[in-house]
Amino acid sequence: MADMKKQDIVGDFKEYTLSLYDGSEKTVYVTEVETPFPEGKLIVSRTDTSGVITHCNDAFVFMSGYQEDELIGQPHSILRHPDIPKAAFKDAWDTINNKQKWNGYIKNLRKDGGFYWTFATIIPNIRNGEIVGYASVRRKPAMNKVEQAKALYQKMLAEEP
Amino acid sequence: MKYNFTVSPDFPPERIASWYIFNTWLQKKLDIAVHLELHNNFKELQASIDNDAVDIIYTNPFEAAGLVRDKGFMPVATPQGISDEAVIVVAADSDVDKVEDLKPGVKVALTDDQDVNMISMMMLEPAELNKDNIELSNQDNYVLVAKQLMNKKADVGFFYKAAYDELSGMIKSQLKPLVTSEISVIKHMFLVSPRFKEHHAALQEALVTMSDDDKGKQIVTDLGFEAWDKQTQEETEFMIDLMDTLK
Ligand SMILES: Cc1cc2nc3c(=O)[nH]c(=O)nc-3n(C[C@H](O)[C@H](O)[C@H](O)COP(=O)(O)O)c2cc1C
Repeated sequence: MADMKKQDIVGDFKEYTLSLYDGSEKTVYVTEVETPFPEGKLIVSRTDTSGVITHCNDAFVFMSGYQEDELIGQPHSILRHPDIPKAAFKDAWDTINNKQKWNGYIKNLRKDGGFYWTFATIIPNIRNGEIVGYASVRRKPAMNKVEQAKALYQKMLAEEP
Repeated sequence: MKYNFTVSPDFPPERIASWYIFNTWLQKKLDIAVHLELHNNFKELQASIDNDAVDIIYTNPFEAAGLVRDKGFMPVATPQGISDEAVIVVAADSDVDKVEDLKPGVKVALTDDQDVNMISMMMLEPAELNKDNIELSNQDNYVLVAKQLMNKKADVGFFYKAAYDELSGMIKSQLKPLVTSEISVIKHMFLVSPRFKEHHAALQEALVTMSDDDKGKQIVTDLGFEAWDKQTQEETEFMIDLMDTLK
């Protein structure tokens, strides 16, 4: 996956290197600018069985800061924020591969380096008993829950090898 | 053979006549006999579904989920340009101005429309409210939900947006909407039972082309939308998956 571009970033940023599940690395630039969750909306995306984005709705495109054609065909980790520990995503993948629904609080990284918090649900799309893809629906999180998630993720990151 | 047709009881009462006119059109178009039976509430509708007394139905995706996954119903069409949305409402003079101002213990007036209730419960989550820390007050219809708010018998009301919009100006002036969903992808559906299978293709064709002539167009307009769009099995399965994420 391509690195982020410094000219897209709005505001002061810090640089991080993410190591992705497929063994590759990606440089990201992160600011402290938060975009509030749009009232009453749901952010929806679908992926194939490997987590490559196949569909996304208007709210998804808007919140990510990308254009739709920059998202379709990209791995979902295009939105990965360095504040979310690897173990959270491993838990999500283990759960959905087991044909179960996963819920969690996720901080996503925007194209401009800013972030947004969501309460995310990921489910497998099961047709005739087979997983044919995945879908995720994100909604507005409770602030207290986000604070708890932040504390937990900081602890998990500190303990990461 | 005579088929049974029903419509989920979440449409405005003014549309009853329009559904009868639609049914007359349907019988002529497909040259079959269809009996339209309208129910007063979702409980009655469910009883008739449980008795396998429904062959054709226009309903919300919450009800459609069970029909498709448990009873093998097949999707036919979906209305163009309208989606199922919910509104969270308080009394106009309430201190509450946003969902986050609501506290555990609030009394919620609602109907038995589970589609709307599910979307509404989701919109209460930012205030950390859930079914275990609120009090529910069930009402027979949305006008009664509004009255509960106006008479201070409930703090919050759940409304189907289409029903809220049709309340009188007098009632609406005493109410204050806090948040309206903008989900867009959750829509009512026209479905048929396996017993109706031989007519599925003809029905789908008739609905999708219904607004091509003036008479058909008028009937659809009177039902509150512009035209019917074809609804595929996969689109329906995906909508049901979405509903699962909200449960
Ligand atoms: C349907 C679906 C939605 C996902 N949504 C997100 C998301 O919003 N943000 C995110 O960082 N990862 C999301 N993921 C997880 C990513 O696929 C990926 O596992 C994660 O970004 C961590 O990257 P890595 O697996 O390469 O380490 C999603 C996965 C699926 C299947």
